[in-house]
Amino acid sequence: MSKLTKESPAVLRRHHDMGGLPAGPVERAEHDYAPWEKRVDAILRLLADPKRRLITTDELRRGIEELGPGAYDEMSYYERWIASVTNNLLEKGVISVDELGRRMAEVKAAWPAGRAAESKP
Amino acid sequence: MSPRFGVGAAVQVRAAFPPGHVRTPFFVRGKSGRVTEILGPYRNPEELAYGRSGEPALPLYRVIFETASLWDDYQGAAKDTTLVDIYENWLDPVETRT
Amino acid sequence: MARDHTHEHSHGHAPHPFQPDLEDTPLTHYQAMTQAVGDLLIEKGVFSADELRATLESIDARSPAAGARMVARAWVDEAFKAHMLEDVNAAAQELGIDAGGIPIRAVENTEVLHNVIVCTLCSCYPRLLIGLPPDWYKSRSYRSRTVREPRTVLAEFGTVIPEQVEVRVHDSTADLRYLVIPARPAGTDGWDEAALAEIVTRDCMVGVTLPKVPAF
Repeated sequence: MSKLTKESPAVLRRHHDMGGLPAGPVERAEHDYAPWEKRVDAILRLLADPKRRLITTDELRRGIEELGPGAYDEMSYYERWIASVTNNLLEKGVISVDELGRRMAEVKAAWPAGRAAESKP
Repeated sequence: MSPRFGVGAAVQVRAAFPPGHVRTPFFVRGKSGRVTEILGPYRNPEELAYGRSGEPALPLYRVIFETASLWDDYQGAAKDTTLVDIYENWLDPVETRT
Repeated sequence: MARDHTHEHSHGHAPHPFQPDLEDTPLTHYQAMTQAVGDLLIEKGVFSADELRATLESIDARSPAAGARMVARAWVDEAFKAHMLEDVNAAAQELGIDAGGIPIRAVENTEVLHNVIVCTLCSCYPRLLIGLPPDWYKSRSYRSRTVREPRTVLAEFGTVIPEQVEVRVHDSTADLRYLVIPARPAGTDGWDEAALAEIVTRDCMVGVTLPKVPAF
């Protein structure tokens, strides 16, 4: 049985499925969650609650997995969450690409002193 | 859907590698373990993930593995164990001879 | 639509919640997305600003204290412990704690068994009882290595489990979440529940550390 893992092409293993892969020591440093991170959490909880049922845990998970291996490693936890939530909302037609794009541009323009970071594609 | 496996049943996790959203970790696929508990019917995550109902629900099992059987070079104790929650569509029966 | 629309909501709630501490830092792409998505959902009536605010408050209110209270009660009350092992969500209600709708399972450490929780596929965690997960719980290192070399990972947390004690790793892959009931340490005879709860940390309830009795 133990031959399976070795002989299976790595391509069959999806990037988020990391149990047993080599990795460095556990870094125990922690950060307090920023308000925007808690806002992501709150948005998800509301969308998933019994009153709305607009997104399931598995839709969130799938959306994160589909960000791809690069994004998965380069983005922070709540960046992945909001990216997945947003994609799900676009797919379901709850929000449109056009209105989201316009609103994000407004938010960035309204940020104090226009210090919006260079947005990454 | 009545559960196919009872508590104590020897089971083997399917060595399957579908491309979509699944909740069976790679490291237990193809491995053999034993059912310790039937957690109940839960909606199918492989359907829920794509905006569908997840019905019919699937029996979800707790499956215990000897950790040393999961890795070629396990450095811990022989008695160490690993428990994973696995949906019924991922489990096959194992013939046991005693 | 006015460019400063996000500062002048027409639906009667507090001004846009830009945080003074954050205004000193650049706004990232995903922060802007978070702001915009939340505002759009409020405007569309998917949820109200009050619901969002209440949810944020509830997130802030979640901390390991709830789980610690339950463990402390389990240490002094065998019937409660039995209830907790059978159904954490129902046992939580006995103490007036809302453990939410996701089923949580408690696993008990003993003299011969040490439990540790991980989620190798994402970062499932019993948030309603012990708050948001720490960074390390979500890290590649913890998620990858805990299933393959649990004793080494535990040692990195300063927790050395004797060879004769079984280490049992729980990978929370599906619909349940897991919480460790640590063993009550020696030297706590006669302590009241509040004192006991103080030594039950978040990390104890994930299973990476053991409760420590302070030296006097």
